[in-house]
Amino acid sequence: MPGPTQTDPLLMSFARGALTRRSALTGLAGLAAAGLLTACGSPGRNSTATSGAPNTAQQAAPDKSDTDKVVNWSNWPEYIDVDDKGNHPSIDAFTKSTGIKVNYNEDYNDNDEFFAKVRPLLEGGQDTGRDTWVSTDWMVARLIRLGYIQKLDYANIPNLSNLEPSLKQVQFDPGRVYSLPWQSGFAGIAYNPKATGGKKVTTVDQLLHDPSLKGKVTMLTEMRDTVGVVLIEQGVNISQVTADQFKAALAVIQAAKDSGQIKGFTGNEYTKPLASGDTAACLAWTGDVVQLRADNPSLGYALGQTGIPMFSDNFVIPNLAQHKKNAELLINHYYDPKIMAVVADYVNYIPPVAGTKDILVKKDPSVANNELIFPSQEILAKTQVFRALSAEEETDFNRQFQAVVTG
Amino acid sequence: MAALTQATVGAAPVGPPRRRGGLVPLILLAPALVWLVVFFILPTISLASQSLQTGDIDNGYTLTWNFATYVDALSRYWPQFLRSIIYAASATLGTLLLGYPLAWFIAHRSGRHKTTLLVLVVAPFFTNFLIRTLAWQIILTDGGPVAGFFRATGLTTVLQAVGLTDNDSLLYSQFAVICGLVYNFLPFMVLPLYTSLERLDTRLLDAAGDLYANGWNTFWKVIWPLSLPGVVSGTLLTFIPAAGDYINSKLLGNTQTVMIGQIIDSQFLRVLDYPIAAALSFILMAAIITLVAVYVRAAGTEELV
Repeated sequence: MPGPTQTDPLLMSFARGALTRRSALTGLAGLAAAGLLTACGSPGRNSTATSGAPNTAQQAAPDKSDTDKVVNWSNWPEYIDVDDKGNHPSIDAFTKSTGIKVNYNEDYNDNDEFFAKVRPLLEGGQDTGRDTWVSTDWMVARLIRLGYIQKLDYANIPNLSNLEPSLKQVQFDPGRVYSLPWQSGFAGIAYNPKATGGKKVTTVDQLLHDPSLKGKVTMLTEMRDTVGVVLIEQGVNISQVTADQFKAALAVIQAAKDSGQIKGFTGNEYTKPLASGDTAACLAWTGDVVQLRADNPSLGYALGQTGIPMFSDNFVIPNLAQHKKNAELLINHYYDPKIMAVVADYVNYIPPVAGTKDILVKKDPSVANNELIFPSQEILAKTQVFRALSAEEETDFNRQFQAVVTG
Repeated sequence: MAALTQATVGAAPVGPPRRRGGLVPLILLAPALVWLVVFFILPTISLASQSLQTGDIDNGYTLTWNFATYVDALSRYWPQFLRSIIYAASATLGTLLLGYPLAWFIAHRSGRHKTTLLVLVVAPFFTNFLIRTLAWQIILTDGGPVAGFFRATGLTTVLQAVGLTDNDSLLYSQFAVICGLVYNFLPFMVLPLYTSLERLDTRLLDAAGDLYANGWNTFWKVIWPLSLPGVVSGTLLTFIPAAGDYINSKLLGNTQTVMIGQIIDSQFLRVLDYPIAAALSFILMAAIITLVAVYVRAAGTEELV
């Protein structure tokens, strides 16, 4: 390929002209870009709604429930009953009794990721295409704070009377106006005796400081569970935690991380390494442990002696949901203990519906008598739920926690 | 936006003397230009704007030209930046060392199996990226044969001595992260190397032999310079995505192997500090562009990239 060995002077001058003119144009474009940058802000909630109170006028959409017999439900993966054919019997029962078709999507993998997905739509006042989804307590608190979810119409949920009394009053949603629990669970310590050399791991102190576990410990990326267990160990009630107490607990975790004791922070993916023994001990959620134990009966599990962090994942109905009434009928369906028993028998988390245990005692006594699925009053009395945080606190706590997780 | 498009479009006819049908190339270019504007320039502007804003999700964001975010981002996260660049460079070197002999073999020694081998190089891409990375958890697992072999041969002690692992297991270490990166990006190195080695005229090797060049000289003075285009594009195709990758460090690493991609992910999704996430993305982009520019200039193969 012959290259231009001798540069034509005419061409050169052309090129020079082009260059200067081009740089001039670039400068202009830069100015224009600066203008564009300014136009790129985002309004947020408080600039559109009057301060504090969520803007109710924009929340409700004309309800198509009666004409369009559909409900769109987003839930976490493997969080519902499945039969041999891959169907969900509890959903099929709903469709059979009401004629409402359920579009069931397991696209809720993570509170933060899901929030990032729907936030631009909710902020822009658009329909998310979902009528209900299942968010963890603290995410419900954030959704209420931002005015992104609607009040539930109790007239459509007569089975509400079956709600477990201990879940009726929650700090983040007084009177359960916006949310109703789908399943609950505890965070505790799980260990694989094969990897610990037969040793039991029962305290957070052991998890964070036992040299024989060094580099084989994981904690959870859920801030409230990971910091929560340490706070409880330090004698703090997490429903009243202060910023200083939070900081002190975080320092303990930071030290354990820096010493190489903690090898990582995980979501649900702790289960496989725990079963294989790559992880010797970790923070884990009850439902996962019950499922893991079905295949690995030797796995050990310990709940805190003084307190147990508890979470619930809750049904909420987002703004502009097109089938709000159908979603409420769906919630009502699951508050029937007969239906919830079908779910509890499969997912092994703690069902929020009173009477579920009585049905399972006959159907599946091994589940009904499992303390991790139907905890005793003694255990329930120890449960604590992390305090609802203000916007500033949430950002501050998250920032500190992420600095430890990713630092 | 109008001013920007005009800058690009308006500048085009000024340079070389006008040819006939000057409008046709423009029309042909239009889809690519629109694509570039919609999917690159506009998002970049939005990102630049976000990085200079202040606020939070409750009260919204406003542009305050807050350049302090950049200072903050760099001072807090320079170790992760540095680590990402080092891991990406190590992985690039690894793919080059593994990929070069492989590409040579496929190009000149594989005979009728050439196509099969090339398909095999690409074959892992038929599987999902996450699954491929998760597979390395099983490969390097503590009780597995690989870990057993490394322990039996004392290689674990060597890895520990050079600081690539922290204890006698392989998983969740710098070693595992770099292995994952090498594995995932190997095809990006092999394919460009193959194309440039395959074009190499083997008679040159005979000529080198006739001129009393030994094996090393033949490689260093003949094969290597002629394969440079492949080396440059292969290293770029590996280094650039590897520097921004965070799946490997998330799934195979520990708390001390966090790469900058993970930081951006956590700032964007968990902390909801959009400005700093945007600033970090910009710094990463600038760092990569600078490194690549220096590299391409030093390699002296501008016309090939």
